[in-house]
Amino acid sequence: MALLSKNKTTFSGISPSEFFYRNRDLAGFSNPAKALYTATRELVENSLDACESSEILPSIYVRMTPIVDHLDNSEPRTYQLKVSDNGPGIDPVKAPDAFGRVFYGSKYKLRQARGMFGMGGTMAVLYGQITTSKPVVIYTSTDGKKFHKFTLRIDIQKNAPVIINKEIIEGKGSTGTTVELLLTGDAFRASTKVHDYFLESALVTPYAEITFIDAQGKMFYYPRSTNTLPKPSEETQPHPHGFDFEGMRRLIEDTGDKSLHKLLMNNFHRVGATTSTNFFKFAKIDHTSSPKDLSYENIVQMVDAMHSYESFLPPDSHCLSPLGKDILNAGIMSELSPEFSTIAIRPPSAYSGFPFIVEVGLAYGGNVGSGGVKLFRYANRIPLLYDEGSDIAWQVVKDLAIDKKRAYKIPDNAPLALITHVCSTKVPFKTAGKEFLADRPEIERELKNAVREVLRKLRLHLSRKSSEDAVKRRRDIYSKYLPLIAEFSKDLSGKKDLPNFQPMLKAYLEESEGNN
Amino acid sequence: MPKSKKQTKHSKRQNDIEEQKVQIRSQLKQLGEKIYSDLNSQRFPTIHFPSRSVRNIVYDKKTKQYILGSNTVTRTASNIKQIRSVTQLTWLAFFANELMSNKKSSTLRDVYYSSQAYAVDYTDQPESDSIITDLESVISTARERLNIYPEERSAIFGDLDIEYTVPGYEGNRANLSSHPDGYLIGPSLSTADFVGTSAEMIIAIEKGGLFNRFIEEKVHSKYKAIIIDTAGQAPRTTRYMLKRLHKELNLPVYIMTDGDVYGEHIAMVIVSGSAGAAHLRDLTVPSAKWLGIWASDIAKYKLPTIPMTEMDFKRVSELKRDPRYQKGVWNKELDVFLEIKAKCELEAFSKYGLTAIVDKYLPEKLEQAKSM
Repeated sequence: MALLSKNKTTFSGISPSEFFYRNRDLAGFSNPAKALYTATRELVENSLDACESSEILPSIYVRMTPIVDHLDNSEPRTYQLKVSDNGPGIDPVKAPDAFGRVFYGSKYKLRQARGMFGMGGTMAVLYGQITTSKPVVIYTSTDGKKFHKFTLRIDIQKNAPVIINKEIIEGKGSTGTTVELLLTGDAFRASTKVHDYFLESALVTPYAEITFIDAQGKMFYYPRSTNTLPKPSEETQPHPHGFDFEGMRRLIEDTGDKSLHKLLMNNFHRVGATTSTNFFKFAKIDHTSSPKDLSYENIVQMVDAMHSYESFLPPDSHCLSPLGKDILNAGIMSELSPEFSTIAIRPPSAYSGFPFIVEVGLAYGGNVGSGGVKLFRYANRIPLLYDEGSDIAWQVVKDLAIDKKRAYKIPDNAPLALITHVCSTKVPFKTAGKEFLADRPEIERELKNAVREVLRKLRLHLSRKSSEDAVKRRRDIYSKYLPLIAEFSKDLSGKKDLPNFQPMLKAYLEESEGNN
Repeated sequence: MPKSKKQTKHSKRQNDIEEQKVQIRSQLKQLGEKIYSDLNSQRFPTIHFPSRSVRNIVYDKKTKQYILGSNTVTRTASNIKQIRSVTQLTWLAFFANELMSNKKSSTLRDVYYSSQAYAVDYTDQPESDSIITDLESVISTARERLNIYPEERSAIFGDLDIEYTVPGYEGNRANLSSHPDGYLIGPSLSTADFVGTSAEMIIAIEKGGLFNRFIEEKVHSKYKAIIIDTAGQAPRTTRYMLKRLHKELNLPVYIMTDGDVYGEHIAMVIVSGSAGAAHLRDLTVPSAKWLGIWASDIAKYKLPTIPMTEMDFKRVSELKRDPRYQKGVWNKELDVFLEIKAKCELEAFSKYGLTAIVDKYLPEKLEQAKSM
């Protein structure tokens, strides 16, 4: 117990806000260009998550406005970042906390979402406050009638919002949230990434309408091309295989469960009485003992056993929300308008107790553009823009679509794009920057299967197309040249009528059709 | 103007030419009839002609020139890769026949563009030129006989009376010494009748500059010569012209080139033809003499030189393998080039004054040529 309380002090000695303030590099705010990009995507992702969880077709408006300084317009400079959505709005009681406190939203529950616990949005607010000393302005309405406007800043040490001003203004009939934030950014250097981000987002969120006005005032509009939303993800309890020591320590601290048996059954995914009993036998821990009596060593022992016990039921995937064929296809069609597209969705699988689903889309020709394989990577619908080469998806695509392209009849410089989407309650990012997937063998296997499947379909398409092309070429050539030969030979030999070549042309064309 | 002109029997020549034309047109017509009957009997039209591939070009010791061997190629419309060229060939035969019947002539470039009026597509002019060569092979007749000419660049000057035979000029006469820049050797000139000449020799010279110098220095009257500017490698029309001048007027042909391996080969092509025209006859003057500049003249006349390049050495070793270069002056001079590793231009004689080449070199070399 002594150890436990010592630990507790360690963890509460620094507020989460302060922790992030000190480690802002980790969260993607390392320089003004990256910060502007990260702030934009965090706020956009919060908006998308909010809309999707309430099954609202998202309409999102983003504007980046440079704050005019007549003396100095060089980068980096102050920008106003405004992100508006038509989401469900935030309960005015909770709104200040949602943006002004770094907190652990749903502590022990897992769900598939772009951001974890909405921390990214708060980080953006924090970063803005640090770099400009200006408060953030939030407008939110849950009924569309009244908009609550908050002007607030974060007390970093206390990890609490400080409300500077609070107003109620008339709404326009739609629910939603708007965040207006001042921050130091470098729009010139961020520009490519920001534009890539919107384009790649549009590819997997064809159900969203996104308007983006960049720092130069140029508008980019990504229209909604389908009205189908992905099924909202559900919250789920953690699977024992994926639970760690710190989680267990907090759970034990907060729980009201009187026995370990109850604790396991009430808080974990697919653990019933039988499983729990068998597990504690395996772990050689008395399942009737009170969770609060566990020593540090006991917790370590239990968590280790949870990881090594093989008879837990595998996680089920109803908590996951893959995009599905229709949505992925709508995105591919509207952004790439390919000549051919196909989608492979793998059955759910799990790694370390976290369920995941791999979806792979393939687009060939059309607006894809030649010059080799292009890969669009996504994790929980977030485009991953950095460190492509380190990503397991890239390794798989390189192995199959590039190194073995002959096997799939893929021509050189093929206009080929692959879209990989991994959705999971916990995406195994290799670093905190959420930019690339670690090479988990389970995920690699599913990616390989999915990529193979779409490449096989592409091969079928290409070989069908090439034989159709050959027949068409033969038809075109013979239909063009044989009549010309007939005409010239008639003129040259001084005959009056064309030779009777039509039957042989007809026979030839029919034969070539038959050979196909 | 000397008056003792040789008279040729041009009426007989015209008859020969007319006969030849009738024969060529009937060959073209036969080709058309064969293709027509192929189609009528539900066969894919097929055309055979001698192969012009390197392997089928052989040296004929009798005629001392390259000729085609016995291999033939077949173009058939049943092959998807060949139906286009069969179409092009059929069209070209038709087009040539039209040219001949309308007494019109056309350049290689004209042919390329004319094809577009008939929906026959060529990728580029070289493709069109190569089909023209195919047709030459099919009917064993030079394109000039089909009234298809390359762009002209070579010229002729000297006391030669000609009578045009081209439509609109029939019976018109001209003397080829009346224009000091010389006359372009084109379709009208190469088909004209030779009426008379006082000349006793033909001098073909590689370069326009020297051609003009020869005219200025009155080589035509001093040596009783007809001077021809071959403008580099002599075009076929020019070679055909040389052949006619030699045969019909019975005049010896002398050739003057730069003192380099390319110059030597320009002379050789006039003497014994080129591999590229191995499918054609009547383009050579086997008795023509190469006056120089020989490699050995370079030392003899102490001419300013230019070092030979790698390309020059490569060309020498290529020619050393050519059967025509195995003996005589041809072989000897190649060896001298290899030895002195230098070359020179005709203009090098200007070192001794502008007229040195005409006053000193030419008479000495002509004398030397008599004994060859």
